[in-house]
Amino acid sequence: METKEFLRRLTEGAGVSGYEDGLVDTVREALEPYADEFTVDTMRNCVALRRGAGPEPRVKVMLAAHLDEIGLMVLKTDDRGFLRLAQVGGFDPRVLVGQEVWVHGRRTVPGVIGIKPPHIMSDEERRKAAKLEELFVDVGLGPDEVGEVVATGDTITLRRQLVELQDGIVSGKALDDRAGVACLLECMRRLAALRHEADVFAVATSQEEVGLKGAATGAYGIRPDVAVAIDVGHAGPGLPEHEALKLGKGPALTIGANIHPGVRALLVDTAKACSISYQEEVAAGATGTDAWAMQISREGIPTALLSIPLRYMHTSVETGSLDDVVASGRLLAEFCARLDRAFVEGLPWTV
Amino acid sequence: MDGVDVKALCDIRGVSGHEGEVRAHLRTLLEGYVDDLRSDTIGNLFARKAARRASPVIMIAAHMDEVGFLVTGADKNGMLHFTNVGGIVPAMLPSKVVRIGPDAIPGVIGTKAVHLEEASERTKPFDPEKLRIDIGANSREQAMKLVKRGDQITWDVEFGEFGSALWKGRALDDRVGCAVLAEVLREAEYEVPVVGVFTVQEEIGLRGAAVASYAVEPQIAVCLEGTVCADIPGVEEQAYTTRVGHGPAISLMDAGTIHSPALVRQLVDVAEREGIPYQYREATRGGNDTARMTMAKAGAPGCAISVPCRYIHSPVAVCSPEDYRNAVRLVRAFIVSIGRGELKI
Repeated sequence: METKEFLRRLTEGAGVSGYEDGLVDTVREALEPYADEFTVDTMRNCVALRRGAGPEPRVKVMLAAHLDEIGLMVLKTDDRGFLRLAQVGGFDPRVLVGQEVWVHGRRTVPGVIGIKPPHIMSDEERRKAAKLEELFVDVGLGPDEVGEVVATGDTITLRRQLVELQDGIVSGKALDDRAGVACLLECMRRLAALRHEADVFAVATSQEEVGLKGAATGAYGIRPDVAVAIDVGHAGPGLPEHEALKLGKGPALTIGANIHPGVRALLVDTAKACSISYQEEVAAGATGTDAWAMQISREGIPTALLSIPLRYMHTSVETGSLDDVVASGRLLAEFCARLDRAFVEGLPWTV
Repeated sequence: MDGVDVKALCDIRGVSGHEGEVRAHLRTLLEGYVDDLRSDTIGNLFARKAARRASPVIMIAAHMDEVGFLVTGADKNGMLHFTNVGGIVPAMLPSKVVRIGPDAIPGVIGTKAVHLEEASERTKPFDPEKLRIDIGANSREQAMKLVKRGDQITWDVEFGEFGSALWKGRALDDRVGCAVLAEVLREAEYEVPVVGVFTVQEEIGLRGAAVASYAVEPQIAVCLEGTVCADIPGVEEQAYTTRVGHGPAISLMDAGTIHSPALVRQLVDVAEREGIPYQYREATRGGNDTARMTMAKAGAPGCAISVPCRYIHSPVAVCSPEDYRNAVRLVRAFIVSIGRGELKI
């Protein structure tokens, strides 16, 4: 599957944290052709294993990009058939007003997050921000009809097609972190043309947005020697110029306590050797990514983080560059091809 | 006879001052069904149906324009500045896909990531002055090659079926009114002269209707609208204004007009006789082209019939096709009743 098409299908599909099932077939279709094994574990991590050519026991590398997206859940259906909402992961409720949604009930039905017309708003109401408890979804069904289709606990995703802007820049929902999952495909495709010693576990992880859950159990099960999380990084707005990543300038390689310097050094060396441009990103503490969970799995896993630059994170118009997705995939493939036993044995601190 | 394709009419982009494509589409719909079809200098489209009798002349207005935005420039990073056209509250802007200019270039209105916000920022709407449209350009020069100052901007939302037999779409206010008027003009011949006027610039001050009603000099004025419908959570029942699925709404009074009591009574009589469901527009705020039509020259009695539309002036509105069809029936039956001389003006 072509990377852009994969990204389109992923972002237009639905997979709120804990409810990633609807995307598993798409991930399988894309990754399985490049994998020796494709499995879905109990936490619904999708694991594509591509075996390496190295001697047993082979080095194992886990590449983690999360498949889940932030979304909404039906809290209650009111007596007139409108749905009240709970939130899964972090939206600012202000970005939800006036949006079209899909409600994933017994069948998937369209809905609208409505708002009072300005004609009957008071001045005070105009100056106030929407609160989640005031928002509702209108599915255009009466109280009896709605009960046949929608129940408390059904998930709701924003209805958004992937839009192509200028110069390979795309915008849609859930690029956080389906851009990372698309990068796994790009990586696996390139790996198929490279000799690599390591067993590569490309993992589309579950439940990242609600506490890095899939990566934690996934890393325990796989027990990798090295792990890299692929997530999105802030390209603004809202950051000072020197901190904001730039779209189209390649992935950011994060620096900080979450990151093993040796693994990062190999990523940097690989980028330089392959003339892949990269950016720097500093995270003093928690990176808020799968890297944070994988680093302390079992007896500790040397971990790095690759961030794809993204504007307007956690909105339904997340905007990033396909060029960055492709460059990130290429960098990861070349990185995996450079992993060997000697590298892994050099990772523990000696002083 | 095929009905008017409401989807096609609603999906055309036309903010106030940019009604050209709507007008062209309506012309093709009406060609052959009316006796005279002409446009004026401001952009109103007049569709006149001749009749055996010369009076009373009924002018029926529906506005072609919709609320939206215009491009005002670009910054050095290629992000577009924009201004709104018509009444749009700031809450409607964040996280939307839009289409810009004649080529419908896509863009997005993004906002700061929630991770980067202070808690105090979340109590207020985003400041519209600080929002930009991102078209993926990286310089002012690149952006201004793709779009021009003054290009219209609309939300990227398509008309479609919704819920149990409802419609959703972007510019229901007032393309449903335009569709009702087109149906009324296409479906029958009438005893009295009917001038359908598809007006411009309603959303920025009823501009088109002002000159159109001067030109037509109606003896009876009828306005067709997609109107406020707030039968939604968080609104007290007395502020609903109208309800979806309860029939076309008849206006009594709004911010611009005391609707003619005689015409209101006639509409109600006709609706009851014909078994057409109707409701009153239970609010006094808002206004429509009737305010202009009733004040043209020496004045004329006016009334308004509206299809209730939830979430107007937002990216996506919702209405009932039943209300729409009943509005068509009501307007037609009303004209017929005037033709029978049931109302003395």
